[in-house]
Amino acid sequence: MTERGALHVLTGTRIRERRLALSRRQAEVARAVGISPAYLNLIEHNRRPVTPELLGKLAAELQVPPDELSEGREEARIAALREAAAHPSSQGVTPELDQAAEFLARFPGWSALLLAQSRRAVAMERQLIDLSDRMTHDPYLLAALHEVLSAVTSLRSTASILVEEDEIAPEWRARFHANLAEDSQRLSVTAQELVRYVDSFEAEGTPLTPQEEVEAWLDGGAGDPDSAPELASDAARALASRIAREMLADRIELPDARLAAVLNATRARDPLLLAGDMGLPLDLVMRRLAMLRPAGYEGAGLVICDGSGALTLRRAAPGFPLPRPGDACPLWPLYLALAMPQTAIARHVLTPEGRLFRSLSFATRSQPLGLDGPVLLRGHMLLLPAEGPAPADALLVGPACRICPRNECPARREPSILAPMPARQPRTPARSRG
Amino acid sequence: MAMDILMIEDEPNIAEAVRFILTREGWQIGLHDDGAGGIEAITQQRPRLVILDLMLPNRSGAEILGDLRAADDPDLAATPVLMLTARGETTEAGQKADAVLAKPFANDELRAIVRQMLG
Repeated sequence: MTERGALHVLTGTRIRERRLALSRRQAEVARAVGISPAYLNLIEHNRRPVTPELLGKLAAELQVPPDELSEGREEARIAALREAAAHPSSQGVTPELDQAAEFLARFPGWSALLLAQSRRAVAMERQLIDLSDRMTHDPYLLAALHEVLSAVTSLRSTASILVEEDEIAPEWRARFHANLAEDSQRLSVTAQELVRYVDSFEAEGTPLTPQEEVEAWLDGGAGDPDSAPELASDAARALASRIAREMLADRIELPDARLAAVLNATRARDPLLLAGDMGLPLDLVMRRLAMLRPAGYEGAGLVICDGSGALTLRRAAPGFPLPRPGDACPLWPLYLALAMPQTAIARHVLTPEGRLFRSLSFATRSQPLGLDGPVLLRGHMLLLPAEGPAPADALLVGPACRICPRNECPARREPSILAPMPARQPRTPARSRG
Repeated sequence: MAMDILMIEDEPNIAEAVRFILTREGWQIGLHDDGAGGIEAITQQRPRLVILDLMLPNRSGAEILGDLRAADDPDLAATPVLMLTARGETTEAGQKADAVLAKPFANDELRAIVRQMLG
């Protein structure tokens, strides 16, 4: 089986699986959507393409949302299954990763359950780390605990004095009683505040990292960060506010109408030429194309990184699954651009699932603090879905080493769970090949 | 009479309870309620023992202990220190102290440790 075949359930196969799951006859379904049974048979065997209109009709007839039958969603779920399998808690367990696609197609309910539980486990793990960080570093919490401890120390010592000591002068006794009342009152107030504060952790609990929340916010239309439902954490709101300010500045510099007019007036789809025609920086044009996704740039994705390579903005292109924050493929042309600032690097990239994209990467340098300040690097990579066979020089990239099946990749930094490294040969006489 | 103990503690009710307990044992005890001026208070009063709270406003008990151990006068630098701390707080300061007492403590525990330190 090819790599693509192993990881990819085609739309036709999904239609067939769904029809069989409902025990519907091919002829019956074909009639209902207005095509011949023979044509549906060809579709189900992935020998004819499915138009979006027909996919919609088939989905309605088979009682599923259309994206349940399309390929992009399938790939996202396969990627999510790989993420689940790559989790450290899966150590020692060897799921049949080459059958992930079949598992998804045959057992959609079990798959959904597994993914939901995996997401929940990851979310709880993150929340635990977050809470642990808070417990050790949160200044309010530390101060509140100190207050509790002080009150308890005073209560214990004072109460012991009153119980254990003989012949305490009345004025001292009165003073200690007053201290007990004061400390117990203080302890009550602090304890209540502490409980309220700890309760707020749960309310803030979120299954996503701040970067992922921002990604969801961008996909949801990038509304007001202060009221966007996708932004649950303060960190995500702060990130989104910064991005929103930059998007606004970009929009002022290159308004939607001007971008649309330029795109209508030219057949050129080369962002570098577009930037040149408009006399604007290439990175600005790349950001606007990815955010606006005008005609000809539907499905555009964008990742931005800082000089350390950490992704600071993630707008996923459908079919190009992004790794968890903090991880990425070192072969992305984005990182080559960091080494060659102010040079536009265009490369075709091919995902392990066989999806082809045109990528344009460009890095800028700036010194916001002047000559004596540090040089800041910022890389952009625009991803545009491409059609046709992959050119010979297409770069074979992945999401991140751990969930990338390209075993022979020279940039591999850790073993993949998808393609186990070959077992080390013992230092005994060489074996013959074959 | 020379001061036996100087307690640097910003919680007045704890300081009051400790003073009551230790005074009953016959020791002279002085109080200072702020991290600021802590080392000056020790330098001026020359106690035989310092009871030092770790979390103090303005200057922490760890910083005061560092100042004390770095004093030019070797006798002053060697002043015995009993550090009052919460369990789990940094042990670095505790290692420089002669003894550590975790809050909340039993009065008998306090008496015993002070008795041992003052000889």
